[in-house]
Amino acid sequence: MDPVTELISMVVSAGTALLLPALGEIYAERSGVLNLGVEGMMALGAVTAFYLTYLTKEPFLGLIVAALAGVSLAFIHAFISISIRSNQVVSGLALSMLGVGLSSLIGKSLIGVPLKYTISRFEVPLLKDIPIIGGFFVQNALTYASYFIVVLLWFILFKTKIGVYVRMVGENPRAADTAGVNVPVIRYACTLLGGALAGLGGAYLSICYTPAWIEGMTAGQGWIALALVIFSAWNPLYAIVGSYLFGGVRVLQYRLQPYGFSPPLLQTLPYVSTIAVLIVFSSGRLRRRLGAPSALGKPYYRGEKT
Amino acid sequence: MIKVEERREPSLIVKIATKIVAVLLALGISATIFISYGIDPIYAFSIMFSKSLTLYGLSEVVTKFIPLELCGVGLIVAFKSGMWNIGAEGQLLIGAIMATWVALFLDIPDFTRLPLILTLSMVGGITWALIPAFLKAKLEVNEVIVTLMMNYIASFLVNYLVYGPWKGSKEWGFPYTDKFPESAWLPAIPGTRIHWPTLLIASVVAFTVFFIMFKTTLGFEMRVCGQSRRVAEYSGMNYTKALMVSMAISGALAGLAGAGEVCGIHRRLRYASAISSGYGYSGIIVAWLSGLHPIASLLSAFFIAFLLAGGDILQVSLGLSSGVVSVFNGAILFSLLISEFFGRYRLRWK
Repeated sequence: MDPVTELISMVVSAGTALLLPALGEIYAERSGVLNLGVEGMMALGAVTAFYLTYLTKEPFLGLIVAALAGVSLAFIHAFISISIRSNQVVSGLALSMLGVGLSSLIGKSLIGVPLKYTISRFEVPLLKDIPIIGGFFVQNALTYASYFIVVLLWFILFKTKIGVYVRMVGENPRAADTAGVNVPVIRYACTLLGGALAGLGGAYLSICYTPAWIEGMTAGQGWIALALVIFSAWNPLYAIVGSYLFGGVRVLQYRLQPYGFSPPLLQTLPYVSTIAVLIVFSSGRLRRRLGAPSALGKPYYRGEKT
Repeated sequence: MIKVEERREPSLIVKIATKIVAVLLALGISATIFISYGIDPIYAFSIMFSKSLTLYGLSEVVTKFIPLELCGVGLIVAFKSGMWNIGAEGQLLIGAIMATWVALFLDIPDFTRLPLILTLSMVGGITWALIPAFLKAKLEVNEVIVTLMMNYIASFLVNYLVYGPWKGSKEWGFPYTDKFPESAWLPAIPGTRIHWPTLLIASVVAFTVFFIMFKTTLGFEMRVCGQSRRVAEYSGMNYTKALMVSMAISGALAGLAGAGEVCGIHRRLRYASAISSGYGYSGIIVAWLSGLHPIASLLSAFFIAFLLAGGDILQVSLGLSSGVVSVFNGAILFSLLISEFFGRYRLRWK
């Protein structure tokens, strides 16, 4: 592989860990539910995927369990924000604490354990030989799947009736309700989807990208994914750009190391870049043009209460 | 049929009852987790209690109470003003960095060292807190993500300093700075690690913040801004100013907590996770458990300090990981949200 293609390949594989959770959060937020628990769902996904793969030697079972772990955490958040209409910010924070804490409890005995069965890379014949773009085709199965997930989620959101419902519920739940859309069902579904994808994002870290279980291995990537949702203007297609941009930052961090930059300072790069991206993309006017869902973070009361 | 109806204004008793129910619920959740982990929860809780209620155990609880109360009461100000400051952890670490700078690298008379340490640690915390406040007020940048990112940045800055330029000359390669001169030590109650000047400040601050928030115009303006930016601006209040002031208070107190940790306990700067075991995050629970009431935060900080100390004990005696504290924290927050629901509404059978 030539150096540029190889670089692209590294960027894409670093970016996938952000892409999956960002896509899930786009759906949750499009339906009006702000879930700040992405970091926790990723952490729990990472540890459960690793554990299951280690036990059963079946990485795909690991992926399924990670998605389920994400869904179960997301369910708590959905219940609190949709059914009992409590504070979504607090609930999301609690979810992050719980998920990260549980992952550390479960993972204690897994630290330093080698994983023989991982989801390994394979090259797509012919496509991998295209210069530059070839980098997209030297990946593992989960990354290939993520390309399809992006297109599928974009298509559903903007080209189907379900997508219209999701966006309606996030923009104006009362109007959606009047039109006969079941607001809680849509919101639950989107929040749970967000959980599944965040869990997969975590699994990607522990059984594909690294692969190992390291305590705190999500290292704030769940929070960066939340920032990417704003960057991507709640559009799955743009999430790809943001994820690979941050994948690039991560690769840059490793590439700069030999030049004598201090590792802890280089480690701040993704976090500084996140703030920079947020400043550029969330300034009020731009944000309104980008179209943040109007009912984001607001519980919906039906009927008697206005 | 069960009907959900809203209570008018939950009475004080209902409010207190919901907190107690929440704590019990959280203990229940934690117990379930212990059981799934193969640990007898009654055994775990009894170890926590028996070891915390010794003289040494209690002194450790009070030691942890200091940064928790400082961070927690600061967060109450921020939360009341509608600023989701998740950044107390980073603000604390920057305070610790500033304190270390004054302690080790400033050539000043000894008697001015401690006052300057306390002042500059607050300045550090304020600076770190004003960045997200400014970004939120002027550009509507989401403060939750920014403050969190700044926590990571602060912790890497600490690590950079202790592994790099500030690494002690007599520390055999450990990531510590040199020990502080005695003029930079916060005095401790003999036989304990309780640095009493900071304890005193933390306790007085709780009452001061209560006074500011509920008895002054500034406090009123901050609370209105927390309710609705639009209402605040229509009634001629300066939203940006209120937000900045609230974050300055919040950051100053967290920064002070950082000075307390390095000058009162470690007496040197160490890597980030050794300086703060998540006090900034646990401070969120302190604030929320108190119902955002500064004086009640004295109680909730003590309770969370007890849980943190208990978490340490469980780690040592049952071999659990440090995540046990995070699990407690998450469980308490969830339980609070659920029990508050029953405080706000009542169920009627018809």
